[in-house]
Amino acid sequence: MAELTYREAVARGIAQEMARDENVVFLGEDVAKAGGVFKATVGLLEQFGPKRVLDTPISEQAILGAAMGAAMTGLRPIAEIMFADFIAVCYDYIANEFPKTRYMTNGQITMPLVVRCGNGGGARFGAQHSQSVENWCMQFPGLKVVAPSSPVDVVGLLAAAVRDPNPVVFLEHKSLYATKGEVPEGEIVDQLGIAKILRPGRDATILALGMMVSRALQAAQTLQSEHGIDCEVIDVRSLVPLDTQCILGSVARTGRVFTVEENPRQLGWGAELVSIIADESFYDLDGPLVRITTPNIPLPAADALEDLAIPSVSRIVDTIRRALSA
Amino acid sequence: MNVLMPQLGETVAEGTITKWYKAVGDSVAAGELLFDIETDKTAMEVPSMAAGVLREIRAQSGQTVAVGAVVAVLAQSGAASAAETAPRAPEKTPAPAATAEVSPARPPPTGTAGQQSPSAASPPVSPGTGRAIDPYHGLRTPEKNFGKAMLPNGARITPLARRLAAQTGIDLATLHGSGPRGRIVAADVRQARPAGGAVNASAPLASPEASFDQIKSLYTGTPYRELPVDGLRKTIARRLSEAKQQIPHFYLSSDLDVEALLRLRKEINETGANRVSVNDMLVKAYALALREVPEANVVWAGDRLLQLAHADIGVAVAIPGGLITPIVRQADTQSLSNLASELAGLIARARERKLQPSEYTGGSASVSNLGMYGVRSFQAIVNPPQATILAVGAAERRPVEAPDGTLRATTMLSVSLSVDHRAVDGATAGKLLAALRTLVEHPLRILL
Amino acid sequence: MANKLAPHSATPSPNRSEATLIPLTKRLEMYRLLSLTRQAEQRAFDLFLQNQIKGTSHLSLGQEAVAAGAAAAMQPGDLSFCTYRGHAHTLARGVPVEKVLGELMGRDNGLMRGKGGSMHLTSVEHGVMGSYAIIGAHLPIACGAAWRAQYKGHKDVSVCFFGDGTTNIGAFHEALNFAACMKLPVVFVCENNLYMEYTPIADVIPVQYPAADRAAAYGLDRIVIDGNDVDVVYETLSQAYAKARAGHGPSLVECLTYRYSGHSRADPAKYRPAGELEKWKERDPVKAYRKRLGALGVADAKLDAIDAEILKIIDEATQACQAAPPTSTDILFTDVYADGGCAWRN
Repeated sequence: MAELTYREAVARGIAQEMARDENVVFLGEDVAKAGGVFKATVGLLEQFGPKRVLDTPISEQAILGAAMGAAMTGLRPIAEIMFADFIAVCYDYIANEFPKTRYMTNGQITMPLVVRCGNGGGARFGAQHSQSVENWCMQFPGLKVVAPSSPVDVVGLLAAAVRDPNPVVFLEHKSLYATKGEVPEGEIVDQLGIAKILRPGRDATILALGMMVSRALQAAQTLQSEHGIDCEVIDVRSLVPLDTQCILGSVARTGRVFTVEENPRQLGWGAELVSIIADESFYDLDGPLVRITTPNIPLPAADALEDLAIPSVSRIVDTIRRALSA
Repeated sequence: MNVLMPQLGETVAEGTITKWYKAVGDSVAAGELLFDIETDKTAMEVPSMAAGVLREIRAQSGQTVAVGAVVAVLAQSGAASAAETAPRAPEKTPAPAATAEVSPARPPPTGTAGQQSPSAASPPVSPGTGRAIDPYHGLRTPEKNFGKAMLPNGARITPLARRLAAQTGIDLATLHGSGPRGRIVAADVRQARPAGGAVNASAPLASPEASFDQIKSLYTGTPYRELPVDGLRKTIARRLSEAKQQIPHFYLSSDLDVEALLRLRKEINETGANRVSVNDMLVKAYALALREVPEANVVWAGDRLLQLAHADIGVAVAIPGGLITPIVRQADTQSLSNLASELAGLIARARERKLQPSEYTGGSASVSNLGMYGVRSFQAIVNPPQATILAVGAAERRPVEAPDGTLRATTMLSVSLSVDHRAVDGATAGKLLAALRTLVEHPLRILL
Repeated sequence: MANKLAPHSATPSPNRSEATLIPLTKRLEMYRLLSLTRQAEQRAFDLFLQNQIKGTSHLSLGQEAVAAGAAAAMQPGDLSFCTYRGHAHTLARGVPVEKVLGELMGRDNGLMRGKGGSMHLTSVEHGVMGSYAIIGAHLPIACGAAWRAQYKGHKDVSVCFFGDGTTNIGAFHEALNFAACMKLPVVFVCENNLYMEYTPIADVIPVQYPAADRAAAYGLDRIVIDGNDVDVVYETLSQAYAKARAGHGPSLVECLTYRYSGHSRADPAKYRPAGELEKWKERDPVKAYRKRLGALGVADAKLDAIDAEILKIIDEATQACQAAPPTSTDILFTDVYADGGCAWRN
């Protein structure tokens, strides 16, 4: 088993799928010769050549539109939108085109494409290069939204996304690119729509995504060792499709729920999860549902400010401890 | 109030009344048994939610009725239409407003090995995968409610507490909330003894939920000293109570011939720089056995299993005031000498209470060794969320019959495997124990 | 070469002289398409007045020559990317009238069984890869389809129709740049009908021809043609398609034409100067083509017979749609995802 960085896992996942299926093509800004601004696609151009690995102009609409046209006529493109914030520039495809075309055409058109983005904060990039945009994408019926937290999940979920016959937004966390994890040799294919219980626990369920997963795990350790609170930590991994059964099953065991979200509070992904839990698991709840989020502000650039804004281990610990104490 | 046919499970639509404990006109205490029901899945006793007089029985013994149907009508004590027969009010009159819409249901009494105790987390009401999602709502909203959020006296009750109270027949009005702003939470219901009924008769005073005062009253006249219970002790008490109550344990025992293993250890210790103990070798052997039987290298995670890629083995270490189980990571791939020195370090730091949480959480299995106390064999409690624990007794010389029929003495070691049946079945555990035996009795394999 | 056309060819020339080599059968086919799109759009308008078509509709009355000429020049397998004003382009690729009217009427026999409506007519089997209602969205999409052809070595051409209003949206420029850089087999066909929605295009651009005058920015030829002359459309696009098929990259063709009705149903088009509509009706593409065919010796009776045959088809289609059940409600939740359903959670 080799240890890979999250960024190496991206290239490994793309390469695995491109080697398997020559209909898989890859395009984006600076992705080929430069190997990506996050260096997550180094080596792909050398391995697969310029016909399959394309440097595009800075034209997000052209990137996603071309991916769509290619997908609906037989290719399986992977398109990179460098910073997830830039989805706003080509939102028409995310909002109007990808998710609705199959429905509007009564199933005539299939759209197997993946949009990869560097999502999330922690890199001191300021308000327009640090956002967590899960909720920009998960609100559209017809789209799938995935956000891996570890290198092995990057490979497995990326492969699953490429093989999925639906449009998938694949949100890599840019502050995780340097993190390492073990990735087994050989082909890895995961499944979309499966959450992972990373730490079983009895007293509360913590739902986390992306960079918040490791913080939730650290918080759970502190809560256990310092406060005797035993938290179950779930990496949601896939917002659409959503592994509701895993989440509700956990709620039934613990009776308390905390989401840890990097997005600003209003209408973050946790709001939808909490709404489902409040309805379906109402009689499993032994206390309020609590969302731990970035406050409702744009993300600041300075490290001292950004660190205050994004949920930290200590904020997670404090919030859970206070919510669980009588 | 109407007495309803309770919902006995997601897929159960009807139940058959097999026995009425009360006749029309009888007075009924809250919690007293009213009737028995049977479904294709289960049989259970149904206690009364409230005190009162049974005014009407609508479904006679032998009758099958739909879930939610009214099977009887109870005139509640204190209500305007209360019956002539003055009911003995054994307890405070329950609050009708809070319970009027609730159908009585209580899990079957415990007793069968492996069944959950009534105080354990009840099965959830909602996540019924069997029910299709209504696409208009995208939700599986529970079809059943469990009473109001506030009692007439103003006390508030969490939804889970309401459900548990309804399902166990506990009168919420008798409880004092320990939650934020006096809210009645699930723990309050779980700790409350169900009112009246069979539970009372069989419950010894020293039940786990008995209060300090109740216990103390048993020892009046006996000199004793009160010792404080620290956080470690509390955690041990809570976790092991839960483990023993909630994990359906089963146990397998075996005797291992450790003659060759002891010889090998002697050789290693005479030649190598690092000393290894029998325990080190058993930990290593157990890790290898788990690798050979990966289906046993799992952790129960509620609605699924986590199958671990490595065998991380916990080793129970007695420390002042309790015990702790540091984890030897990747015990299956480490060399024996590495494992021995890592374990020695973990044990030393455990005794100084210097372990980080990451050093004692996780793993799929533990080893507990009481051989040094001359214990021949014992059964350990599974250390959740792990699935197995190997209890190791003392090695002793025993005569065994050789293939030629003669007796010879060899050194035998008794081990017992405790297993979480939710995660690992008997045959798998048997395979695991057999693999362990092979490794221990051919110990060179441990070094490979 | 069409791309060598001088700007003066933009002058409408209904009485264009007869020096071309278009075979008569092709011309009759194009007349048929003109007649079909004209009469079908008129029927759509009538059905709207009778409240049998609901929602919005954007008619191509007056612009038929672009749809007819463009489709007549295509080969089977070529792909059309249309706009919300896409009835004519859809019909011109051979999609049955009944399917189109059924879709407009919300009937179960509709092209998408009522799930898309007037603005999203799509028939993959006829190469109609969708009608797009967000201005400009389909230009990059057509590039993607062309990229697929280039990558796979297929010989089909992607043809993307759009209005003059589209030329000021970002996607137009992104798509032209992308296509030109990659030499994609895509042909962009601008139908300049002088009005975006309600506002004249001339009011909002600093150049005369909204598409053609921008072509140079992407290294493309400036091509403006009479979009009311089906022969000119046919010839010009034939050459553009051939260029794309040969691997020589995209073309941008601006077709001057005029929309007889307002932007959509809701628009009575009161903003047009007096006499403008009448002036354009003198250059009506159907009438003009009848005249040309007459000059080529085709009897009026033959063309009348074609009109009558088309009318019969449209009448039958109308009756079939009126008799068809409303869209089946059981498809409300189908085909959101590729598994055929709408489940987003377990």
